Amino acid sequence: MSTTVTREEIEQRVFKALEEFGAEPDQINPDAEFESMDVDSLDLVELAQIVEDEYGVQLKGEDMEGVKTVRQAVDLVMSKLG
Amino acid sequence: MNGRPDGCALVTGASRGIGAAIAKALASEGWPVGVNYRSDADSAEAVVKEIVDAGGRAVAVQADISDADAADALFKRLEDELGPVLVLVNNAGVRADGLSPQIDDDDWQKVIDTNLSAAFRLTRRALRPMIRGRFGRVVNIASIVGAERANPGQANYAASKAGLVAMTKTVAAEVARRGVTVNAVAPGLIETDMTEDIGDGLLQLVPARRPGTPDEVAACVRFLVSQDAGYVTGVCLTVDGGLTA
Repeated sequence: MSTTVTREEIEQRVFKALEEFGAEPDQINPDAEFESMDVDSLDLVELAQIVEDEYGVQLKGEDMEGVKTVRQAVDLVMSKLG
Repeated sequence: MNGRPDGCALVTGASRGIGAAIAKALASEGWPVGVNYRSDADSAEAVVKEIVDAGGRAVAVQADISDADAADALFKRLEDELGPVLVLVNNAGVRADGLSPQIDDDDWQKVIDTNLSAAFRLTRRALRPMIRGRFGRVVNIASIVGAERANPGQANYAASKAGLVAMTKTVAAEVARRGVTVNAVAPGLIETDMTEDIGDGLLQLVPARRPGTPDEVAACVRFLVSQDAGYVTGVCLTVDGGLTA
C-alpha cells in the first residue's frame, strides 16, 4: 500500500471513527484511553476494519492486545505500514 | 423501501426447496438476490428466472460453501453485481444419516463443515460490511432436530444444527448495537426433496396434522429480515406445526 499516508492523516481518521462510535469529541486526544471514551471491543474490531479497508493494513486480534490509547493504535498502524 | 440501505441478499442452497422459497420471498420484498447453488445450475437458473419474470433482480452464483475459499469469491461476485450483502441466509445444509455407531468420520465432518462451519465463515465475512453499514440481517436455517428434539440417526445433523443456534445467539449479542440482527429459523417437518424419505411416523406427531411448506418457512425469514424485526435478535423461531410445543 501507499507509504505516503502521514501519521496525522491516520490520527485524524481514528479520531473520526471514535466520534462515529459515540465518543465525546472533547474527550478525544492522542493519549485518551479507549476505555475512558466508552470505546469497546466491537468498536476496536470496526476500527481495525476501517484501517484495513482504507490503508490496506491487516490488524489481527493479537496485534490489538495492549493497545489502549489512540497514540498506541496509530503507532501500530504506522509500524505495519512500514 | 423505508430508507433501507442499498444492498443485496445472499441465500445459500437456494436452487430448490426452502432456499428457493426464501430467495423468491426476499426478491418479492425488493431485495436483489444471490441464488447460491452447488451443483444444480438448471434449478438455480429457474429460480432466477422466476424472480426476474416477477419483476425482481437475481443472479445464480455457484459455490461449494464447504470450501473455505469459496466464501470470499462468492461475496466479491455479489458485491460487484448486486451491491453489498446486507442479508445473509445460511440455508444450505446436508444430511448423512446413520445410527451413531455407523457414522464415520467423513460423514460427521461433511455435515459439520457445511451446516455449521460454512455458515460461520459466511457470517464472519458478511458482518464486516454490515457492521460498518449499521444494518444487516443474518438468518440461519436450523432445525427442530438438535437443540429442541432428538432424531435417532442424525447425531451429526443434530450437533450441527444445535451448534448453529448457539452461534446465532452469540453473534447476535456481539453485533446487536450496530443494527445487525442474527436469528435462526427452526423448521420441523417441511415438504421438500430433502425430507421425502422421512416417513409418516413423524407426521402423526405433528399437531397440525400436515407437513409445512417451504413458503411457510420463507415467511418467517421474510419477517426476520424486515425492518419491522429490527429489535428481534438472537432468537430461534420454530416453524413446526406445533411438533415441539
